Amino acid sequence: MEAMRVNDVTPNDLPWKIRYDASRCTLCGSCVAACSFRAIEPKVERRRLVWSESDYPEPKQRFSAVPVIRQARSIQNYCRGCGICEKICPNDAIKPERNPDTRHPIITRCLGGDSIKRGGRKNLESNTRTLDKIRVGRISQMTDPSLDAQRHTFDMLAPFGRILSPKQLPFQVDENGKLKTVGQSPPVRWIYPVIIGDMSIGALSWRMWEAVAMATAYLNEECGLPVRMCSGEGGMPLRLLKSRYLKYSILQIASGHFGWNRIVKAMPHMVEDPAGVLIKIGQGAKPGDGGLLMAQKVAEHIQAIRGVPKADLLSPPNHQGLYSIEESVQKMFLSFNAAFKFRVPVAIKVAASATSVSVFNNLVRDPYNIVGGFFLDGIDGGTGAAHEVSLDHTGHPIVSKLRDCYLAAVAQGRQGQIPLWAAGGLGKTGDLAADAFKMMCLGANGVFTGKLILQMAGCVGNDMGRCNACNTGLCPVGITTQEPQLAHRLDPEKAAQNIVNYFLAMDQEFKKLMAPIGNSSLPVGRSDALVATDKAAAERLQIQYVC
Amino acid sequence: MCRIGAIKSRNYIHPSQALLLMQSQQKGHDNSGFAMVMHDLGGIFEGYKHLPTLSMACTDEGLKIAEDILHAAGFQRVLQWVPETENRPGLDIIAMPNYVFETFDYPRPYKKASKEEKEELLLDIRLTLRALEEDEKGFVYSFWPDVVTLKEIGDPRDIGTYFKLWEPDDNFTARVITAQCRQNTNYDIVRYAAHPFFLQGYTALANGENTFYLKNVEMQRELHRGYIGFESDSQCFLYSLHYVHRELKWPLIYYKHVITPLSFEDIEMRDDREQLLAIRQSLAHLEINGPNTIIGVLPDNSLFTCCDAKKLRPVVVGRTEDTVVVSSEVCGINEILPGRNWETDIYPDEREIVFIGDNLEVQRWKQ
Ligand code: SF4
Ligand code: SF4
Repeated sequence: MEAMRVNDVTPNDLPWKIRYDASRCTLCGSCVAACSFRAIEPKVERRRLVWSESDYPEPKQRFSAVPVIRQARSIQNYCRGCGICEKICPNDAIKPERNPDTRHPIITRCLGGDSIKRGGRKNLESNTRTLDKIRVGRISQMTDPSLDAQRHTFDMLAPFGRILSPKQLPFQVDENGKLKTVGQSPPVRWIYPVIIGDMSIGALSWRMWEAVAMATAYLNEECGLPVRMCSGEGGMPLRLLKSRYLKYSILQIASGHFGWNRIVKAMPHMVEDPAGVLIKIGQGAKPGDGGLLMAQKVAEHIQAIRGVPKADLLSPPNHQGLYSIEESVQKMFLSFNAAFKFRVPVAIKVAASATSVSVFNNLVRDPYNIVGGFFLDGIDGGTGAAHEVSLDHTGHPIVSKLRDCYLAAVAQGRQGQIPLWAAGGLGKTGDLAADAFKMMCLGANGVFTGKLILQMAGCVGNDMGRCNACNTGLCPVGITTQEPQLAHRLDPEKAAQNIVNYFLAMDQEFKKLMAPIGNSSLPVGRSDALVATDKAAAERLQIQYVC
Repeated sequence: MCRIGAIKSRNYIHPSQALLLMQSQQKGHDNSGFAMVMHDLGGIFEGYKHLPTLSMACTDEGLKIAEDILHAAGFQRVLQWVPETENRPGLDIIAMPNYVFETFDYPRPYKKASKEEKEELLLDIRLTLRALEEDEKGFVYSFWPDVVTLKEIGDPRDIGTYFKLWEPDDNFTARVITAQCRQNTNYDIVRYAAHPFFLQGYTALANGENTFYLKNVEMQRELHRGYIGFESDSQCFLYSLHYVHRELKWPLIYYKHVITPLSFEDIEMRDDREQLLAIRQSLAHLEINGPNTIIGVLPDNSLFTCCDAKKLRPVVVGRTEDTVVVSSEVCGINEILPGRNWETDIYPDEREIVFIGDNLEVQRWKQ
């Protein structure tokens, strides 16, 4: 017998175990070829068959070498549970199974001496989500009739841009008793209340990015839903920057300033203004961390768009300024406002944090009216790459923080002046309309979503440790990879169609939620329409407790 | 559901007309109260149009405290009128011990003050007096020149009998009277919470339900020191009217644009889209929702009515040469203008304001 080395990695140490049924396998090799992580491999096993043909035992034996599929025993090529092998196997001969006894978090650290990195969202789910303890409980029935979701028209738009207080509006009454404008106001765009969140062209495969851009254009031009997508840090293809579709895009700048050189150079050639600019200060999934794009994903076109060599691309955690972060942020706001001649709203995105309300208050009180939106991203937000410890343990849930910011604005009579946009795990259960609706009742003007968009396109990752390999560049469904063979697994048109259909379904569902409370416009601030089945949540969010 | 009505006339009219107007709509409410505001006063108040009149229901103690506050502020009483009451047994009325109307001259330092300064002073005094509500010592419904308010809890018919309002006389009259009979949807009947509500020359009353009450309240609370109480969602209509017309100084039609903004699609098609969009943006939290009809009076005694954006509550305007009546139900108008040409009645739609200026010309303003 071989000596047992207890520290060798075996499938039992890994998060997923492969169940393989040799009797069903025809050795077609499809699974091995399809596994982008090389987590399974063909192997030859020595088999011994013992038999007896006489009336009393007269054992004979035969040895043979049989080809089989085996799971890799490595912390580099470990199985992610993505299920692609199962999907492709014509004979149901192979599938991954979750291993509750995994030692992966320990051995990876022990063997690698490095922190664990991955993509996805927070994987530590300890209890029911707050949003699932909230219901739309105020139903219009008698004195104020509810509406008909099919027949009524609904006004489902949300503002993006700085909104002046009524007394600041530059109006004068003319001789005909009509208001006329006698000064400048900041630009405000009314858009669909769900923004496709900021996922960069480096994080996504070019085919996925194209799918999102295609879906956005289709939703706008064919379905009449003014949906905007945010570029994410890292710029955009030149062709898009110069096209009329730019008006559907929100350009992001983050601390690495990747891609901006190109955007600035493209400005004289732009035929449309972008929908907005979003300055990213922080991200809910990894607050305090800058962006991270691993070298394996920095393909040639990414190098071109960002103007960088093939290397790990790390954005610093902060926007650096000579004097202070605030100063540099303010300068950025002013320069981006100025760059587009004050025609394009500029907003800010921060990670939800215990300090968000003070940050928000500062912005709300800013006398220059330059902040056109406060994008607040909670701990359940997704990312293409982060340290697992950040993903699971740092951050702040979005629901109460959004509510706090709204109530802070209410306390000053400034609600709505800086539109609040919330994200971070919204739509996690697949039902974004319900989550978004509840967030609006609590004070959000709109929501933004990223991970869910990937799931619409076919991402198999989930919040229980499945896949989450977006950082590796080996995305098994071609979404977060720059490998041509993998990217080609994604059919951009099909992905775009899924996104479009999801939005159409969600649009219906918004109406089904607005109709019973009798609203024909979005229910921003209608916390009176919500009830909570959890006392603590009700108290914290200042809504009615019911049981 | 409440029933509301308003009368505006070239001649001074007696509140019995308002009672008549409301009585025929009786089945529509639960007889839990009656309230009215009179503007442009005749009778005993006619000679005091420029001086503020206090309208107050109170206990003896409350009256004393109120008078002390006013005297301390330098106001001198020039007229007091305590309506004669008839407290017959069996009347359904929960009246306060005193109902008083007192007219005051301004404090000496204010004699030469501007109109605005005086108006701010009157509001401050009224807000101070509202402290009496806390332990129910008194309710100050208005303190303003040329305006009186009467609100009581009980059956409107009996309230009329109690204050002897069924018998017309020339002492207690006005050219504009707004009135409401109450349908109480709250469990506790709050004395103050009967519309019409009054603030700095503006009166508003409404029948319906404002489902954006919370949004409105959260916004209004911080907009003006006079926006307090919020005992009823109809106060939201008054405060928005006051804010748009007096604070922002926008023409009245923009009140409609604020409370029931056009859809984005319709705004896009208008020449004034820039202004309408800016209004919708900046005043999003003053939008109203749910079924409502509003009747309002402006400081210059003009009268208007408008509805919610879906016209879920009816209202009708009837008129003769010298009188215009606005009412929830046409039967009320039939009662007091029986001989009018009913073909000229107006049933306002959801996108207009019907405005009755001082010359009694009825104008329909498309939103
Ligand atoms: S589940 Fe995915 S990672 Fe695991 S073996 Fe199958 S294809 Fe490879
Ligand atoms: S399927 Fe692709 S995008 Fe989804 S979790 Fe896996 S690697 Fe990430």
